Amino acid sequence: MFDGISTQLLFSQLLIGLINGSFYAMLSMGLAIIFGLMNVVNFAHGAQYMLGAFVTWLLLDALGIPYWGALFIAPVVVAAFGLITERIVLKPLQDMDHLYSLLATYAVALIVEGLVRQQYGSTGLPYSTPIPGGINLGFMYLPWYRLWVVLFSLMVCVATWVLMEYTKLGAYLRAATEKPDIVESFGINVPRMITLTYAFGVGLAGLSGVLAAPVYQVSPSMGSTLMITIFAVVVIGGMGSIMGAVLTGYLLGIVEGLTKVFYPEAANMVIFVIMILALIFRPNGLFSGKERSL
Amino acid sequence: MTRIPAILLIVVLVILAPFFVYPVLLMTILVFVLFASSFNLLLGYAGLLCFGHAMFFGTSAYITGQFLKVTGSTLEFGLLAGVLVAAAMGLAVGVIAVRRSGIQFAMITFAIAQFVYFFLLQAEFTGGEDGMQQIPRSALFGVIDVSDHRAFYFVVLGATVLALALIYRIIHSPYGEILRAIRDNEERVESLGFRPERFKLVAMTLSAGIAGLAGGLKATVFQFATLTDVSWTVSGEVIFMTLLGGLGTLAGPAVGAGIVIFMNDELAQFGEWSLIAQGIILLLVILFFRRGVVGEIIAVLHKRRAGRSEGLTKGD
Repeated sequence: MFDGISTQLLFSQLLIGLINGSFYAMLSMGLAIIFGLMNVVNFAHGAQYMLGAFVTWLLLDALGIPYWGALFIAPVVVAAFGLITERIVLKPLQDMDHLYSLLATYAVALIVEGLVRQQYGSTGLPYSTPIPGGINLGFMYLPWYRLWVVLFSLMVCVATWVLMEYTKLGAYLRAATEKPDIVESFGINVPRMITLTYAFGVGLAGLSGVLAAPVYQVSPSMGSTLMITIFAVVVIGGMGSIMGAVLTGYLLGIVEGLTKVFYPEAANMVIFVIMILALIFRPNGLFSGKERSL
Repeated sequence: MTRIPAILLIVVLVILAPFFVYPVLLMTILVFVLFASSFNLLLGYAGLLCFGHAMFFGTSAYITGQFLKVTGSTLEFGLLAGVLVAAAMGLAVGVIAVRRSGIQFAMITFAIAQFVYFFLLQAEFTGGEDGMQQIPRSALFGVIDVSDHRAFYFVVLGATVLALALIYRIIHSPYGEILRAIRDNEERVESLGFRPERFKLVAMTLSAGIAGLAGGLKATVFQFATLTDVSWTVSGEVIFMTLLGGLGTLAGPAVGAGIVIFMNDELAQFGEWSLIAQGIILLLVILFFRRGVVGEIIAVLHKRRAGRSEGLTKGD
């Protein structure tokens, strides 16, 4: 195909890119939902994702609950943690400058990551894949679990988007984003909606953590490194745009994978370069204007 | 009237300190006093949260180090090189990041800082994961020997005092007034015919330059530069120092830097607890003491003074 680049390498990197993109999409979607309604940049998103992976690992290690159980339990546990965080940390700050809520969630991330590291050390813990094996497609080998990650995350993204765009609940949410006081006057409990939305976004991070446990090593720093990329993704896609976040997430995952093939030295920088270019040429976000933003 | 003895006391303490405390610890504190003050210039006076301030600090550390190693020039030129590169970087980052206002500025600077981190990780002159070793501490102006820690302490002290005086001048100048006005109400300032973006860019450049001076000094104090200096943990730490000490006060970042460096020194043996403690204290500061240590003290003094003058008028 290309000189010196085997199709094998190309497709396997594309797959890795798609996997990474799935996580970028899910995480930046949660971030965008939280930002859209609350104007809070949830700096703890990475830590909450890591928490999801750790809960998954703990469920198996301590209670013997396998992956499929964790897929339901861990997001709920992480969402509950989000609920408490919102009540204790974010609610008192909601009328302050939004920088304070960003810094407060950063502090939460420091505490969570520090405590997990203190307890379990910084080396990664292995989590074996729940769907072993795979299929040889001729041009590449596709492990079942990876296929599951891509399909499942796609499903989650589409379902969330439908929930936001086409259901009554989503309409309430979008309305509350625009004019919370008027929505409140219709008898809707906006503060409770805010709490639940934050918990939902955090739960999504937790769910991504469950998906990630068998793919990456479960380690305390898995979230903070990813977090920075997610920020770049959200900035490129346009803050608060769900569709923008999801599309940019997948797109950048793939671009990153391709960069690994053609110019490996730049692979960990390419997303940031794109962000800088996007800020110069599309300062309002790649997908702004094309779609109603939440 | 009570100010003059207080200042004299501080001067005496600062001069005597290296004879009682390990000078390298003191120099570390001074470097971070400078670094945190540069950060405070942005967040405290311009309302810009730069969540990647370590990129200026760390890059300048490498540039200063490389300049001194390669050219073998005197100390001040090495520092100057670091400051200039950092300031230029500040301007460039500013041009990109001020396109999005408010909270996105924080995210963008955070992401650009990570880009710089990866870039320095791969650049050959930095030594990658190993860092840059054996940075020479050349004589200042070619004549003043600073290889002794105690002697160098006074150089670092002098540089810090000069830079703090510069910051003081900036925030008490008409420019500083406009900067604060932009922080409080940007539309208003714009409607008065000023262009807020330009003022923000100047603030970014100045702040990055001063952070660069701190980074260059750090590289010459420890005679090495590492990737830690560019990492987001350091960016976060400088935010912590500034908020703990008191945002938007001149003495706040200095007090915060002192407390945090001492705290890190004490907690170093407890591993992760140092970061956990930072998180907990930062959270408490944000939730309950947003004015920080110095800000709270000032508030108490004001209240007392107000109470006293009220008593006087009643007495009259």
